[in-house]
Amino acid sequence: MNKNACVRKLLTKRFGEINPGSIDDYISRGGYDSLRKALAMSGGDIINEIKNSGLKGRGGAAFPTGLKMQAVKEAGGSPKYIICNADEGEPGNFKDRYLMENDPHQLIEGIIICAYATGIKHGYIFIRGEYARAAAMVEKALEQARIRGFLGDNILDAGFDFDIDVYTGAGSYVCGEEFALLVTIEGKSGRATYKPPFPTTCGLYNKPTQINNVETFCNIPHIIEMGGAEFSKIGTDSSKGTKLVCLSGNVVRPGLYEVVFGTSIKDIIYGLGGGIPNNREIKMIQLGGASGPVIPSDMSDLPLDYASMRENDLNFGSGAIIVMDERINVLDILKRIIGFFHHESCGKCTPCREGLAQTLILLDRFIEGVAVEKDLALLGILIETMSEASICGLGQAAPTAIKKVLQYFPEEFQSRIHATDSAAV
Amino acid sequence: MNMVNAKINNRAVSVPEGTSILHAAKDTGITIPNLCYHPDQEIKANCRVCVVEVDGCKTLQAACATSVREGMVIRTNTQKVRQARKVVVELLLANHDMNCTACKKNNHCGLQEIAANLGVRESRFENILVHREIDTSSPSIERNQNKCIKCGRCIQMCAKVQGLAILDYIGRSGDVEVKPAFGWYLGDVACVACGQCSVVCPVAAITEKEDIERVWEAINDPDKTVVVQTAPAVRVSIGEEFGLDPGAIVTGKLVASLRALGFDKVFDTDFTADLTIIEEGHELLERINHGGVLPMLTSCSPGWINFIEQYYPELLAHLSSCKSPQQMFGALAKGYYAEKIGKKPEDIFSVSIMPCTAKKFEAVRDEMSIDGKNPDVDVVLTTRELGKMLRQAGVDFNQLDEEDYDAPFGLSTGAAVIFGATGGVMEAALRTVYEVVTGKTLESLDFKAVRGLEGIKEAAVDLNGTIVKVAVAHSLSNARKVMELIKSGKAEYAFIEIMCCPGGCIGGGGQPFGGTDELRLKRMDAIYRADGALPIRKSHENPAIKKLYDEFLIKPLGEKSHHLLHTKYKNRKK
Amino acid sequence: MQVKEALEKFGRTPDKLIGAMLAYQKTTPCNYLTQEDIREFAKETGLPESRVHSVASFYSLLSTKPRGKYIIQVCHDVPCYVNNSTNVVIELEQRLKTKMGQTTDDGLFSLEYSSCLGCCDKAPAMQIGDNLYGNLTAEKISSVLAEHRRKSHE
Repeated sequence: MNKNACVRKLLTKRFGEINPGSIDDYISRGGYDSLRKALAMSGGDIINEIKNSGLKGRGGAAFPTGLKMQAVKEAGGSPKYIICNADEGEPGNFKDRYLMENDPHQLIEGIIICAYATGIKHGYIFIRGEYARAAAMVEKALEQARIRGFLGDNILDAGFDFDIDVYTGAGSYVCGEEFALLVTIEGKSGRATYKPPFPTTCGLYNKPTQINNVETFCNIPHIIEMGGAEFSKIGTDSSKGTKLVCLSGNVVRPGLYEVVFGTSIKDIIYGLGGGIPNNREIKMIQLGGASGPVIPSDMSDLPLDYASMRENDLNFGSGAIIVMDERINVLDILKRIIGFFHHESCGKCTPCREGLAQTLILLDRFIEGVAVEKDLALLGILIETMSEASICGLGQAAPTAIKKVLQYFPEEFQSRIHATDSAAV
Repeated sequence: MNMVNAKINNRAVSVPEGTSILHAAKDTGITIPNLCYHPDQEIKANCRVCVVEVDGCKTLQAACATSVREGMVIRTNTQKVRQARKVVVELLLANHDMNCTACKKNNHCGLQEIAANLGVRESRFENILVHREIDTSSPSIERNQNKCIKCGRCIQMCAKVQGLAILDYIGRSGDVEVKPAFGWYLGDVACVACGQCSVVCPVAAITEKEDIERVWEAINDPDKTVVVQTAPAVRVSIGEEFGLDPGAIVTGKLVASLRALGFDKVFDTDFTADLTIIEEGHELLERINHGGVLPMLTSCSPGWINFIEQYYPELLAHLSSCKSPQQMFGALAKGYYAEKIGKKPEDIFSVSIMPCTAKKFEAVRDEMSIDGKNPDVDVVLTTRELGKMLRQAGVDFNQLDEEDYDAPFGLSTGAAVIFGATGGVMEAALRTVYEVVTGKTLESLDFKAVRGLEGIKEAAVDLNGTIVKVAVAHSLSNARKVMELIKSGKAEYAFIEIMCCPGGCIGGGGQPFGGTDELRLKRMDAIYRADGALPIRKSHENPAIKKLYDEFLIKPLGEKSHHLLHTKYKNRKK
Repeated sequence: MQVKEALEKFGRTPDKLIGAMLAYQKTTPCNYLTQEDIREFAKETGLPESRVHSVASFYSLLSTKPRGKYIIQVCHDVPCYVNNSTNVVIELEQRLKTKMGQTTDDGLFSLEYSSCLGCCDKAPAMQIGDNLYGNLTAEKISSVLAEHRRKSHE
């Protein structure tokens, strides 16, 4: 295939071509033009453009961004907040780090435009504690933007006041979960809390809050620049624009790729990633990151497209593709994945706190070859309860990979059931 | 009020907007099991036992945390729901000390009850409990983390109602524990021993320190005269231990039950409550008339004493020097009664039945011993422990005939009964102080302004032309507000009653489990009914009190009073 | 840096607590918060000690146990794992003569597992302080360690 067919550089077009520490470089490449254009529009018009663009949240939940903004704009209560979720901690993902380190002003511009459209005066960028370099880049860019009048009082003489604080996390994956992120900014342990009903009406300090992922915000200047209708021509019916894909694992050229929605997973792995080292076979592919589903190689023709994924009960989350070749031990990988969630669970709700510990115990039984038939049934019931009854997305999504292994690779478990089981009973 | 219509298990329901699925289901006769939910607390939604199916939702929803919306279709009894609840309970049990017969809360445990109802007899999961040391450092309460299910009720109670935040979640994931900072012992942190945590704990993770065996030993010792006193609030709550409705007044049965256990004399703390009013009332007048430190603060509630000693020692001069009624009783039992019946003080074993865990701490204070060797009150049992003791002895509480207290500490007034509710000490004091100062008879004895569950209440009385302002606060978060007011110099009150526990002693930390505001109101109502039913309702009209002064104490604030009935409190800041 | 200084810099409101604790911890010789530190943060912010300890115990970048001058965080999530992060661990443990979760005798290095460092395209990866090291080989690990040993003498 022609590897360029699927590539379209929007968000990454300046990568490597500008000095990310220079606001002048950014401006010379059209930077902040979209902000000027937006400031001449009404908030409602901007939200309409974003709605027309078909942009959906890139953090994994794929909620239409325009609708979210409208909900925040219409919500009663003040002040309102806008938060950029840069707590990228999902194993296999690094796109937000690249976006912040290589073109921080693009992100800042996107946030300012959204804040203006929804009438918000205060924003936060929540960056995970492990991303010290990205945080430094963003802090520096914010300072430059303030000096140039893109942030602060009366931005570009448009009568709009807005500023952004950087908030650094302290090492907790669950804080990427919206409610845990909110309580962390409020200075508490990032335990998932019950907060009614959505951040758009009851978010930070119980005020209306727009929370979006880094990549989502980075799309905004491009939508304003080209117009929502034009933007919506990129991609497929269900999925508009481009997607940043984090390709990793057993692949010749791992890295960040920006592709048009609709590109197949196979084309990404083989066309862009150069295939598997030493021409090995793929054993399985994990989509989205640790919380995402795994698929066998014969499903890799699937396009990166919300509708196709949904039809197959799959999702690509925030866009990671982790390739695992024939040498891996599937149960071993599952143990790593569950181990990750067990380390990162906040410990608040029963299914997640206790369930992950029990999942590890059950997995070990299979790995050690001492599992019996009823362990398989118990594992099935356990992971169903975790995904049905956990309080937040972490516990709900943690068993996804196991679920998919049971679906696509049942023999991995079956073959490990202790042979004498049926004889013994 | 906007009503919303929904279906629960195919039955139409119409409930006010904002009603939770949990409550809506209850209205239709369906009890949804729950552990972390508590009607007076913020929604926590962490136990996940109350999950239900809601059409259109991808996952199960917590019934406690989800409001009924128009057109909602809710199912509480599907295979999926039953399975999820079972697995959740099994997961809790798999990290729990499952020796239920050895458990202090056996048959009173929320987890045990739900497990039984769901048909969970054992957990299919491997038990992964790492046994932790049981914290017995406090004389009042015991913390057993091997039982903890991390529901967070105690954390909220301590932080929001008492404003102390002694406990919090420490650690994360499977390592998370509910404990004081740094895992310190309760006895080493600024815990006030109020036991409110134990009232809301659904399992046996926090319970009162149990002292039942020591009482049995004393009763079985032929050389001991075992006397017992019963606090005002116990007579309106002990019935709950035996299935009676909250607020049932069972004074006579309580007395009979204690005799049935083998106590030699059954006395009433109400007697020394009346005595407290005489002493404290005179102390107040003394302070008002001679430029003493005002406002004067009551000193009957040991949880409150622990609070001021540890958090506001700079205000100790405001505290009345009166001992609490329990300790006045203890001092009289050993310093007066013993002699009266021709015994040595050490031959008297003095037990008190209290709605309170902090009383256990108070009883072992060094100051609370008139001979400096033996405590004036040897053992404090909570209402719950008395319930246990009666069950141990097979006493059928509800079948007992009513009996009267023994003399000389059996006669008391309505003023003493209301010590059991927030505002009661103040009302009792006003009844006496007013009549002592003005020489006039009160037209109405009911000072309604100081009654009820309002956090801070105020009133003013006209004492011969001098308007005296008073205030009443209950629960320590409210006490803190009053303390700050005093510190700022803005408290224009002469007298302030403070009770540590929400609702006062009727909501004490030693009362039957499951305290809610609804329950407290019922007990409170009973307290005022009991007051109204008594022939004498003013402490200074108690003939037994008059006799005690005539025979022994001579006069309020006199030398004997000073020695037996008053004490000093100290700075115990940590 | 003193606890007070950290709070002056970040502000004393509860939302500044985590940032202030991280900044303060960085300046401590053993990269951790002592009980006294936590109690002082509580006193200075007016928050309960249990709450401050709760926060300190929750986040993996905050520690309540002494650690080395340099904390080596090794990623062992799937992208690194399938690129032999196990070998990185073995290499580090052998070279430093210590185990994961422990600190070298000279107090220079602590070895910790870390959740994904966002360096999956250069797996296997590790991080020391603010510096990320990817595509790790035995030689690269050796030179990174040497570089930090040198730095510690400066």
